[in-house]
Amino acid sequence: MTLPYPHRHLLAIEGLEPPYIADLLDLAESYALLNRSGQTQRDLLRGRTLINLFFEDSTRTRTSFEIAGKRLGADVINMSVSTSSVNKGETLLDTAVTLNAMNCDLLVVRHAQSGAPALLAQKVSAAVINAGDGTHEHPTQALLDALTIRRRMGRLEGLTVAICGDILHSRVARSNIHLLTAMNARVRVVGPPTLIPAEVARLGVEVYHDMRAGLRDADVVMMLRLQRERMAAGLVPSSREFFRFYGLDAEKLAVAKPDAIVMHPGPMNRGVEIDSAIADDPARSVIGEQVEMGVAVRMAVLDVLSRQLRRNA
Amino acid sequence: MPDTLIANARLLDPATSLDAPGALLIRDGVIADFGPGLSAPEGAETVDAAGACLAPGLVDLRAALGEPGAEHRETIASAAQAAAAGGITTICVLPDSDPPIDDPALVQFVIRRGEATGSVTLLPYGAATRGCAGKEIAEFGLLREAGAIAFTDGARAIGDARTMRLALSYARGFGTFVVQHPEEPSLAAGGAATEGELATRLGLPGIPAAAEAILVERDIALARLTGGHVHFAHVSTAAALDRIRAAKAEGLAVTCDTAPPYFDLNETAIGDFRTYAKLSPPLRAESDRLAVVAALKDGTIDAIASDHQPRDADDKRLPFAQAAAGGAGLATLLAVTLARVHGGDLTLLQALDLLTARPARLLGLPAGRLAKGAPADLVLFHPDRAWQVEAGRLPGKAQNSPFDGRALEGRVLGTWKAGRRVFGR
Repeated sequence: MTLPYPHRHLLAIEGLEPPYIADLLDLAESYALLNRSGQTQRDLLRGRTLINLFFEDSTRTRTSFEIAGKRLGADVINMSVSTSSVNKGETLLDTAVTLNAMNCDLLVVRHAQSGAPALLAQKVSAAVINAGDGTHEHPTQALLDALTIRRRMGRLEGLTVAICGDILHSRVARSNIHLLTAMNARVRVVGPPTLIPAEVARLGVEVYHDMRAGLRDADVVMMLRLQRERMAAGLVPSSREFFRFYGLDAEKLAVAKPDAIVMHPGPMNRGVEIDSAIADDPARSVIGEQVEMGVAVRMAVLDVLSRQLRRNA
Repeated sequence: MPDTLIANARLLDPATSLDAPGALLIRDGVIADFGPGLSAPEGAETVDAAGACLAPGLVDLRAALGEPGAEHRETIASAAQAAAAGGITTICVLPDSDPPIDDPALVQFVIRRGEATGSVTLLPYGAATRGCAGKEIAEFGLLREAGAIAFTDGARAIGDARTMRLALSYARGFGTFVVQHPEEPSLAAGGAATEGELATRLGLPGIPAAAEAILVERDIALARLTGGHVHFAHVSTAAALDRIRAAKAEGLAVTCDTAPPYFDLNETAIGDFRTYAKLSPPLRAESDRLAVVAALKDGTIDAIASDHQPRDADDKRLPFAQAAAGGAGLATLLAVTLARVHGGDLTLLQALDLLTARPARLLGLPAGRLAKGAPADLVLFHPDRAWQVEAGRLPGKAQNSPFDGRALEGRVLGTWKAGRRVFGR
């Protein structure tokens, strides 16, 4: 890192200056190389306590943070809070009090409500990492996506990235939009009007409702998960109609650049937003590499935030 | 009680456009006389106003109180304390409490609780529908006999068109009106902020601003159909105000109010998930705020109400979408309105008219004016004295002010209810 990271927490990509994003990606890149070389156990976070506080189920993200923490030598504790007992939300602040008493250093939070990690961050002494809040942001996902793209394409600047599907409910889309536009990529969002957030163009993206137009000459095609309850809420009539017009198959992908890569934050709904033939095509799909970069990015984030802890200690 | 002379005041009565130096004499709870050159009768107590403004006590057209049902948020006694500090001497109380005010005995209960405070008159609205549930209309006649001033379901919209039609039509027979929370419920369901760029950035479920105009448009059509009088509460968008302006020009019985947040704040106040600025309707874009100011200026808006909604820390210290909507508004009503005077949008008399005589006239009340024989409900205030709103240090129990941190000019120095000083000194 050439610049000291200026924040105590990582709550959002929005507002994070491009030099800090670039530094985080560089550091993550070095962790990716270390991880591949097998020299993983370090003692950077020895004696530090990392708590994974998940109010929403997630195997992938939680495991990724757990591995990242352990590789850096932290004591990692997983706390899953069942959603049924947190309807009222008071427990969110009760939990903060408990965590403070436990001297937690790094707190990874996932919550179904936008802004919940920011609220916790006001009350806890730990450095808070947003691991996904409602439909707001998922900053480490955007960082790992950017790292994956950068490794494959060699850069972010000037690339055309099409983010496709349920933009309205996607925290992954929001964080990616903020990160990629900050790094001077051209971002398109593609989806039916009922799944595009109001005035999203003001975030610096181009909006498409036609997949072929949106994917034309794209360097990166980023698919999002469509949750079944969106059909129940009537936002799209059926999964078969969605797949027909917005699902990624070989025919639609053909209009993108010949070397375009396909990404998905997982877990995938095969046959709803993505055809299995694409998801499993090693020439196009970088979905496995995204998972690998996830660990590296989270190590970089933990590293940077723990430097802050040391400085404040 | 001895006579009281408030001397050396700037007398302001918007009903008669009076704005002149003078004194005012209170005797037996009513205004005995006022004007220049008035001197204290023997035995009278004299209050030196030192040039401050003396105006009718404010008539707040719309406030929810914690009592009955949510005394942990606010009691009527604590609301009365906040009202007195804000210069408010009459409060029209929303009926969507627990239990809802849909029974004559409950109307009388609220009135008596107000009388017991000795500092503020409480005028309850009756529920427009039983239980404020939006289905069958309530007993308007019996509720009116018991003292209900008009009918509304409070913070809940009457969404069903047939029910609204019946309510407007039936209310007409009793010479009263129906107050609507103008927000199409199916578009507002689950929403936490006005739909747009900011809600998109924050990942908050949005309510389109059009939800307001849609219900306003429908209810104007129903007012035309029934000949009934519809009053729209806390109007907050340009589109709705345009329709109300047109309906008034057409001669329909359509009136409306707004509340200070809608002409003093815009949606950016919710930035960083600030739940004290979560209101219903949600704060709007700046263009809508400006339209509200314009409608105050041109008279389209009939009154400024506090739209007070007490909430406690547990209601607000939650993720934004889960936090309760609503802001405390009693103590800041006058000063936030005066900001529009200091900003050059309204004259002092215009501002006071919207807080006193016009809402009183809408309700057919004798309050809200300086007149010989009228109840001595008065507010004495300094129009320029600065202070800062600080949640946690406001009068009364409810501290959930959307204006937390706002610097204001205009400070209440004294409040009199029926001749008795209930605030100041």
